[in-house]
Amino acid sequence: MAVTEKTGTFVGTSVKRKEDASLLRGQGSFIDNLTLPGTAYMAVVRSPYPNARIKSVNLDAARAAEGVVAAFSGADLAGDWAGGMPCAWAVTEDIKMPPHYPLASEVARYQGDPVAVVVAESRALAKDAAELVDVDFEPLPSIADAVKALEEGAPLVHEDFGTNECYVWKLEAGDLQAAIDAADVVVTRRYFQPRLIPNAIEPRGVLAQVGPTGEITLWSATQTPHIQRFVLQLVLGVPESKIRVIAPDVGGGFGSKIQVYGEGPLAIVLARRLGRPVKWTEERAENYVGTIHGRDVVHELTFAATRDGDITAVKSEAWCAMGAYLELVAPGIPLLGAWLYSGPYEIPNYGVTFTGVFTHTTPTDAYRGAGRPEATYVLERTMDALARELDLDPVELRRKNFVREFPHTMASGLTIDAGDYHGTLDRLLEILDLDSIRADQEARRGRGDAKQIGVGFSTYNEMCGLAPSRILGAIRYAVGGWDSATIRFQPLGSVQVVVGTSPHGQSHETTFAQIVADRLGVGVDDVEVIHGDTAASQLGMDTYGSRSLSVGGIALWHASEKVIAKARQIVAHQLEVSEDDLEFESGTFTVKGSPDRNMTIQAAAFAAHVAHNLPDGMEPGLEETAVYDPPNFSWPAGAHAAVVEVDTETGDARLVRYVAVDDVGSPINPQIIDGQVHGGVTQGVAAALFEEGAYDDEGNLLTTTMTTYLVPSAAELPSFETDRIETHADNPLGVKGVGETGTIAAAPAVINAIVDALSHLGVTDVPMPATPERVWRAIEEVRR
Amino acid sequence: MRRVALTVNAVQHDLEVEPRELLVYVLRERLGLTGTNVGCDTSSCGSCTVLVNGESVKSCTMLGVQADGMDITTIEGLATNGELHPVQQAFHEHHALQCGYCTPGMVLAAVSLIESGKATGRDAIREGLEGNLCRCTGYHNIVEAVAAAAGVS
Repeated sequence: MAVTEKTGTFVGTSVKRKEDASLLRGQGSFIDNLTLPGTAYMAVVRSPYPNARIKSVNLDAARAAEGVVAAFSGADLAGDWAGGMPCAWAVTEDIKMPPHYPLASEVARYQGDPVAVVVAESRALAKDAAELVDVDFEPLPSIADAVKALEEGAPLVHEDFGTNECYVWKLEAGDLQAAIDAADVVVTRRYFQPRLIPNAIEPRGVLAQVGPTGEITLWSATQTPHIQRFVLQLVLGVPESKIRVIAPDVGGGFGSKIQVYGEGPLAIVLARRLGRPVKWTEERAENYVGTIHGRDVVHELTFAATRDGDITAVKSEAWCAMGAYLELVAPGIPLLGAWLYSGPYEIPNYGVTFTGVFTHTTPTDAYRGAGRPEATYVLERTMDALARELDLDPVELRRKNFVREFPHTMASGLTIDAGDYHGTLDRLLEILDLDSIRADQEARRGRGDAKQIGVGFSTYNEMCGLAPSRILGAIRYAVGGWDSATIRFQPLGSVQVVVGTSPHGQSHETTFAQIVADRLGVGVDDVEVIHGDTAASQLGMDTYGSRSLSVGGIALWHASEKVIAKARQIVAHQLEVSEDDLEFESGTFTVKGSPDRNMTIQAAAFAAHVAHNLPDGMEPGLEETAVYDPPNFSWPAGAHAAVVEVDTETGDARLVRYVAVDDVGSPINPQIIDGQVHGGVTQGVAAALFEEGAYDDEGNLLTTTMTTYLVPSAAELPSFETDRIETHADNPLGVKGVGETGTIAAAPAVINAIVDALSHLGVTDVPMPATPERVWRAIEEVRR
Repeated sequence: MRRVALTVNAVQHDLEVEPRELLVYVLRERLGLTGTNVGCDTSSCGSCTVLVNGESVKSCTMLGVQADGMDITTIEGLATNGELHPVQQAFHEHHALQCGYCTPGMVLAAVSLIESGKATGRDAIREGLEGNLCRCTGYHNIVEAVAAAAGVS
């Protein structure tokens, strides 16, 4: 038989990644590595203005240029669209949803808005010719700031709406105002979380091919092949059965490759018109304006509390920039944090208001954490502010308000299945050695050192495992939150697994193989995981929101149950015993009490395929599919601490330690989990210290390259200290998800640490990102 | 067009390239060596790092014609007889890659750092890899992998 001997248990061990073999040798199938015979190359002409009327588009010079195949304006292609690019999340009944087409034809509404395309024989010739496209723009007034965009007389992003207000969404529970009125202490803080540019190191790209009967294949650097296919049918007016979307190796996404961007449908209609494959590869400068941004939210958070630190109410108001159009799930991003303004704390009265606002900027959408970092940041910053107000230790204030018993139904209505918030914090404090940090801090303050030290905490939880379809329906999300898995035994015993989620760094091929290998009692190398191709996996809802394991992994578990059940029937039939008389362990069915009477699951698979001797009426083959719709979100949680050293003379804040203790449920592969935590923490730290997608008032992006938008390198970061505690989620694998935890937790921990380092000077706030200039100004302000 | 002679992964190539063609595109598009990735337009990310005469170079900052007569190693040329180079192996052992896009450049930068004798400790490794950005790993495991390959305890 072609299979290897199964050795031991895989779940819970750090199996080395299957993905590495090709990636380490430079054999990744990244989109820009793929080319078909006859491929033509597309370049996109984008608006240099934040808001401008398109008076005319002259393509003559571009069309006459060397190697140019074709060039089109928005008006030229207007008849190719069956519909605009839809937003899938109408969060309120009266939300304003502007039309959004792959090319703007009348008004360009942000710097980077695509207005024309050129197709040529090479990438370089397409780019040369794109520079010859002569667009007569009439610049119009524009606005980048979401709060100012709501003021009377502000330039409008969509004139037809008569306002820049996109929607107002509210959630209230308990008696919010009464609790605030009755409180001993009320603390309100206002915080701005800047724009973040996701910066997957692989830019986006597409390759489109249209066959002779109109069948479409789109290779795309995407997190969401199934969602792409669904949306493409609406934009192109072609049934899904004629569309195949393939996500090859994808070089990072972090939410920015969820959306259905215009370049995909553009490449398809050009391939159809020109009768040859069309490819587009994003450049980094395009990525900064043409791929979604994240965050850009102003919050005002209010806590009501008793004098001894019991928090009785939390009220949040937020103004959330949507950018110029509504991307796929943009209006719903704040909602993903809407139930987290009480975090791991028991707070009986609760109120959240989100106002979505159009601005003349690149559209926003999901960036790692999506809504949950936003909520956690203001919650954890305000916890420290309340601790200062009450003169309580910030750790003790958190502990005092922690949820203690699980399952716990929050005031806001959702139920947290499992957690141990005290245990997580205890473990953090053990690793941290807080006493020696405080002693060091005391000594430095006593000596009046220029370099001061501070420690900041963030105790968080999150809702992920997106998501129960019924809840998604209740909050007006357009589709469901289930996922699927198929397990197929091949005749000689190797196993194919087809999943509806697809990775862009998360290690699905290894993690899913571990689960299946253990369930079926086969070797991890005998399990091949197929993903990212809608022709292979018809049912899928793709990868985002830490859902692949906690939804897709559970579908896989259920599929394995079905496979085992069918194999059991076959074995019982062949050994002429009752199914109840069979035990299944490590890949072998054994008759209870007769260990010599047994049959492996591979033998059952072979029997199923040859079908010589199956129970009456049984279909040949050993292949089962399960679709799993989670009954609840999953609820990872953790306690993180940052230690920073701040140079009070220069304002330079340096992260010197970072400790993360997380509860992500039962671990499948600890090494992969740690890797996710490291990467997530780094993106949170980067938001706190380095990264800001900055616009001027009119909407000109100021941070247009990696030299002005500061993605940190290894030199700016320390090594991390990670640990886990485990409480088991209410699903068969006990898993919760880990992709976003670090990003959610890290930013407030770092800023709280900087404020702590400077608290003896009277500093109570430092804005993100805490650049040397901002830290220095915060110090100067209190010194004056 | 200009004629250039390159040795890439121990194979001699005589090519005609455009004067404006960057080395990375000569490698990717003329030689089909797509393991060298492009991540930015500004020599910032380091994804396209290759070894030129043994030293790490961002191949998007060098023209193909400038590489005339030079000896180039790309990620495809690092393993020998199917065996991973010790740095590649260390990346595998320490889970120093996730999406894998920055990995070829990161591995070659690390090879160069180690061979130059500058990978003397974790801080030195962090400084030495400053020109290579990774968005997935937070660098923790990359530093561990390079430390292991360099024999740093």
